Amino acid sequence: MKIPGYFIAEALRNLFRKRATILYPYREVDKIHVPEGLRGRIEFDREKCIGCQLCSRVCPAKAIKVVQDERGKRPVFLIYRCIYCGQCAEVCPTKAITLSRFFENVALRKEDLIVR
Amino acid sequence: MSFEIPIGPQHPIHVEPIMLRLKVEGELIVDVDVDVSYLHRGIEKGLEVRPYIQGLYLAERICGICNCAHSLCYCLNVEQLLGKEAPPRARYLRLIVEELSRMHSHLLWLGHYFHTLGFETLFMYFWRDRERVMDMLELITGNRVTTAYNTIGGVRRDLPQEAEAKLRRALDYLEERMKYYEKVVDGEPTILARTQGVGVLKSSEAISLGTVGPHLRASGIRHDVRLDDPYSGHDEVPFNVVTHDGCDCYARVKVRLGEVVESINMIRYALDHLPSGEYRLKIPPLFKAPEGESLARVEAPRGELVHYSISNGGTNPYRYKVRTPTLANIFSVVYMLKSRGDREVYIADVPPILGGIDPCICCTARVLVTDEARRKRRILTLTDLRKYSQGGRRVRG
Repeated sequence: MKIPGYFIAEALRNLFRKRATILYPYREVDKIHVPEGLRGRIEFDREKCIGCQLCSRVCPAKAIKVVQDERGKRPVFLIYRCIYCGQCAEVCPTKAITLSRFFENVALRKEDLIVR
Repeated sequence: MSFEIPIGPQHPIHVEPIMLRLKVEGELIVDVDVDVSYLHRGIEKGLEVRPYIQGLYLAERICGICNCAHSLCYCLNVEQLLGKEAPPRARYLRLIVEELSRMHSHLLWLGHYFHTLGFETLFMYFWRDRERVMDMLELITGNRVTTAYNTIGGVRRDLPQEAEAKLRRALDYLEERMKYYEKVVDGEPTILARTQGVGVLKSSEAISLGTVGPHLRASGIRHDVRLDDPYSGHDEVPFNVVTHDGCDCYARVKVRLGEVVESINMIRYALDHLPSGEYRLKIPPLFKAPEGESLARVEAPRGELVHYSISNGGTNPYRYKVRTPTLANIFSVVYMLKSRGDREVYIADVPPILGGIDPCICCTARVLVTDEARRKRRILTLTDLRKYSQGGRRVRG
């Protein structure tokens, strides 16, 4: 039978190592590395939107509702249904939809999870 | 005197609901009945009622861990229907992300496997190292797990500027770690005692039971879809098919360890020889696919994954069929769990044997098990199924 020597060495080394985890969410929140291009909460620019409704037609989660406002048709984003695939931002012809790096989409009220 | 012991649908050794009804005589298992139908989600039907672009994201969600393989297989299928092929750069980028997700899946499996054996320390080490892979996936694709990277006609984003250097650093780190893990697995008496000679599946049995993937390669068969049917630049990127002649659970661990090292080398080669040019074709988001049928095969982390689709010229597939690797491998579990001849299988061997195939039940539960209005479950026989499929009358129970 072989002696498990190298495993003990590694275990001892780990005693003096820095901790691999991050104390999220109450401490060390700034330590979280969020890369450029993470698909997070949708941001919408009403000025750029031309009301083509393409976003609502490609959305796989049916998270985009089309409503009428004083300037014509426009989308409303139901973040609580969103799967963060970013397909709407990809097809938007005027780049009115972007996906921000904000990922902490938790709320106590449903209205907070709707992007207008 | 024999007893029946149910393991599941909820049990600490299972990560997902699966029912094993073990018929035991003392400690020996004499018969097994497997039920995988706790997670039927109707995804195939869902794919039939969605436009192709929406189906992509649904197909990706068939399995969380091999989401990359599922979306790639879906894309290959639709591209085949459209008669288009992804540009060379896209094929290489697909390969990089696919291999990264294979590494992530194998590291997850290795960690979880040692967890089922009760080796928690190694579980923690593997999962800590897996985080490096997850960070790379996040950097390249924009998400840790559900990558949404492949799209019809290529990939959705190019490799970011700073990604290559970071990726190489992570690969160097992982290569060193994998060498260390090889030593641990070879030298730890705990692991050897629980895996060697457990769940033996000889080459001929593996073939006759139709197993796929690392499970088949651990029985000494050199079979890999990447080699047999190169689908995304695998004919250009050299790699070895890792096999092991052990035919037991130890061999399955060794094969997956070896495959992680192979994936590291493949990604390195793909980064060195990354072609320039377009990374996706210009295909409108909502389109109609021409009439026809297509079949695509992908080597998912767990084995051969098959997607088949029929198009009738509309915006949605007319029929979509998915055959996942776990469905192919689950039969061998039943075989391995039965004691026969001089091969004795004990109840304590259930976790290593079931875990050895890397079961993914949510992938598998797509087969219809009839649940009648009388709340009586029954299994269709082959004759019944044939009648059913030939569109005749409804089979009566």
